[in-house]
Amino acid sequence: MKYDFGIDGIALLLILLTTFMGLIAIWSSFSAIDHRQKEYYVLLLLLQTGMIGTFCALDFFLFYVFWEVMLVPMYFIIGIWGGPRKLYAAIKFFLYTLAGSVLMLLSILALYFFNDGGIPFLHIIGLGNGYTFSMLQYHNIGHLIPVGLQMWIFAGFFFGFAIKVPMFPFHTWLPDAHTEAPTAGSIILAAVLLKMGTYGFVRVALPMLPQATKKWLPFIIGLSIIGIIYGALVTLVQKDMKKLIAYSSVSHLGFVMLGMFALNPMGIKGSVIQMINHGISTGALFLLVGIIYERRHSRMIADYGGLAKQMPMYATIFLIAALSSMGLPALNGFIGEFTILLGVANRSIWWAASAGLGIVLGAAYLLWLYQRVFWGPLDNPANQKVRDLNRRELALGVALVACMVWIGIYPKPLFDMIDKPVDYIVRKVDPGYFDLQQMPVPPPTTVATVEATK
Amino acid sequence: MTGTDTIFMIPEIILAIGASLLLIAPVIGWRGKETKAKWAMVALLAITAGAVIICSWEVEGLDQTAGYSAMFALDGFAIFFKLLFIAAVGMIALLSDDFLRESRYSAWEYYSLLAFALTGMMFMASGVHLASIYIGLELMSLSSYILAGFFKNEEKSTEAAMKYFVLGTVSSGILLYGISLIYGVTGSLNLLTIARAMSTIITNDALMFGIMLLGAGLCFKIAAVPFHVWTPDVYEGAPTPIAAFLSTASKGAAVAIFARIFYVGFHQFQLDWSNILATIAALSMVLGNLAAITQDNIKRMLAYSSIGHAGYVLLGILSLNAMGLRGVLLYTLVYVFANLGIWATVLMLRRHEYAGERVDDFDGLHKRAPFFAFAMVIFLLSLGGIPPTAGFIGKYFLFAAAIQAGFGWLAIIAVLMSAVSMFFYCCDLSRGHADFRRGTGAAGEPGDTIFAMGRRARGDSSECRAITTRRKNRSVATPGN
Repeated sequence: MKYDFGIDGIALLLILLTTFMGLIAIWSSFSAIDHRQKEYYVLLLLLQTGMIGTFCALDFFLFYVFWEVMLVPMYFIIGIWGGPRKLYAAIKFFLYTLAGSVLMLLSILALYFFNDGGIPFLHIIGLGNGYTFSMLQYHNIGHLIPVGLQMWIFAGFFFGFAIKVPMFPFHTWLPDAHTEAPTAGSIILAAVLLKMGTYGFVRVALPMLPQATKKWLPFIIGLSIIGIIYGALVTLVQKDMKKLIAYSSVSHLGFVMLGMFALNPMGIKGSVIQMINHGISTGALFLLVGIIYERRHSRMIADYGGLAKQMPMYATIFLIAALSSMGLPALNGFIGEFTILLGVANRSIWWAASAGLGIVLGAAYLLWLYQRVFWGPLDNPANQKVRDLNRRELALGVALVACMVWIGIYPKPLFDMIDKPVDYIVRKVDPGYFDLQQMPVPPPTTVATVEATK
Repeated sequence: MTGTDTIFMIPEIILAIGASLLLIAPVIGWRGKETKAKWAMVALLAITAGAVIICSWEVEGLDQTAGYSAMFALDGFAIFFKLLFIAAVGMIALLSDDFLRESRYSAWEYYSLLAFALTGMMFMASGVHLASIYIGLELMSLSSYILAGFFKNEEKSTEAAMKYFVLGTVSSGILLYGISLIYGVTGSLNLLTIARAMSTIITNDALMFGIMLLGAGLCFKIAAVPFHVWTPDVYEGAPTPIAAFLSTASKGAAVAIFARIFYVGFHQFQLDWSNILATIAALSMVLGNLAAITQDNIKRMLAYSSIGHAGYVLLGILSLNAMGLRGVLLYTLVYVFANLGIWATVLMLRRHEYAGERVDDFDGLHKRAPFFAFAMVIFLLSLGGIPPTAGFIGKYFLFAAAIQAGFGWLAIIAVLMSAVSMFFYCCDLSRGHADFRRGTGAAGEPGDTIFAMGRRARGDSSECRAITTRRKNRSVATPGN
């Protein structure tokens, strides 16, 4: 039995995000979880195992196993420690993801048979390379797969990943799962689990199925743009803070998908950076909503107002997180969104324009949320006795804010890390890209001068 | 018959003698010592298992499929299933103990019938000749008819036994008719000879008809749609350990002969029968899993889910390749043990009542019995095929086999239905693990209608609770429930 494990810059960044947000999630649960604590932490650690395993796996079988291993602990975390409609949310989450991932399994099997014996009844002749699940092998043979088969395989992977992302028509599990999950569950869900889908596209769909990627491109771009704008519009009308942030994820992940499917280095880099940024910013927002929920047991925006007077530290950190999420320069969100827009504008200015509309709407819903919760008169008597952050909560907030500022001001280490892997992916998905970008041959005058000096 | 032939059948001979001894034990002065029956049974099974292993060494150098004039095999396939059946029946024997103690029926008789059924199943695992297969099948079926009605004063048990008996004998008749047609065309009952004779036949209506009838009879035994209608009623009415026996060991035996007959005997005509089986498999998976969603009796739920599992196993049989056979063996193994685990949990929940194991009984299981609750997670995930449990590996082989054989559409139905099956497994999991504290608000939100339809996931919504209560009242009002 032979299997491959390995990470590149993209996986490394996501693993760092997983472990960092895992720490935040566990630390944030100290006061939130008051019953069955032992089981809770066991499940959180199992979840971490599944997530890190998925990022590390370079073997389809392991990838799939870890992918499914993530489901069960998350199901229990939502189902046992969740809110009022936890069972509904937990089962919906489980079934949506499972339905996608079993289709992914079929695609994996189709690749597996193609690599060796083929599928005789469908008249598909295999390559005779032996049976293997190694992803690296499929990176190499991707362009050899007949386009018709690639389209089907891509469709299977698409369902698996797009439900996880979640892309526009498959997103309905997300608000329920986020709203009902306990705070730590929401943090992990937003920060890492959603990235599984986008990571899957980067690792599997793009490099292994280049022709199908290009054929499916208009469809996916369309869904991403709908996701960005529809997600933002739905976010605007939410009355529940947690639901609001959940819907904003749909919009943000639309950006990530859009950047990735620009299929140029700039777009993919921006998309990877934005995965990290979304993890940190949205994770922070969920954490902050969880903190106020612990104090007031309400997530309704209408119950609040004027909190900035009562909780200045909380208001400050919330403001930074919201600004980072909407993409203010000098904070992390800007870096990702700007790079994505650069890459996308390279492909089509219209795509970039519609994405820009999403940014404007993003600023609208976040600032409006902030205005309604933190400004205005402090007229709800229940809010007048709420205490500000304690030391543990402050430490959590400061850690997250430090990351936001660091990535916002000095993102170069991150870009250095993903430089080569992204080039590799672009070479696989669009082999001609770098040839077109190369400079024209040096002008003959230089050659002449060199000869003249001899 | 030569001396070496006997080696093939020593385990069955031991078991049959032991079963007879169990039957006469009360007559020879062990009446009343019912607790001894369980241990006598377990000892018998242990000796049989040992005999199977020793005989498997002894036949190593011989032609393993040629015992008793090529009627009886002791190859790897047979040994695998024999050991599986012995283990499963052993567990069922241990599970039955408390159940029998509550009743006033003789444990000796019960275990003796179980041992006879096991003898039949071991014959089926070894059968390479349609006659020996049929004899084994009948021995198993007749014992199970009696066992299903073992509590003869219980109305439901008798009803279940009657239904099972009538439908079972009809299906046996159909199966026998199919065998006779095949014999008429090929001139043999030995599977290898049949396969050889078939290789010279291009098409023959009588043969096709025979294969179809034989397949229909077997589909009845594994409870595949449209031959499944007996399953929920019989599982619900039969004593719970016997329902466990029918849904695991007995079904496994039917799968064993199904696989052996179609792989060895009928592979020439795969193109003709595989599409019919594919339709049956698709119907079983869809109907079994969808119907299971609406059950609120756990025994009926397990019955429908076992119909779905029959569909998955058919996937491996109809794809007729190495991976498919591997999948059938592995899946049967996993299915038998995972399902037995669930049945054991059901028995543990309600050993003092005869029928009506409701899904609600799982409520708060994690507090009453944390170990069982944890084990139930593994069993249900395994039945649903979620990695890293063994059920996933089994399903993986079956799906892979179907894709390799070109049944992509069937594989798509199969994976989607395995996602559907996770719905009702999940609902049971939630019942066992979630705390059913009243939620605040949110009741009657539109999203809850899904759950109002899928009864088991009533969750905390008060609207759904009302449905539960209504159902409870109704089931109390129904006589005989």
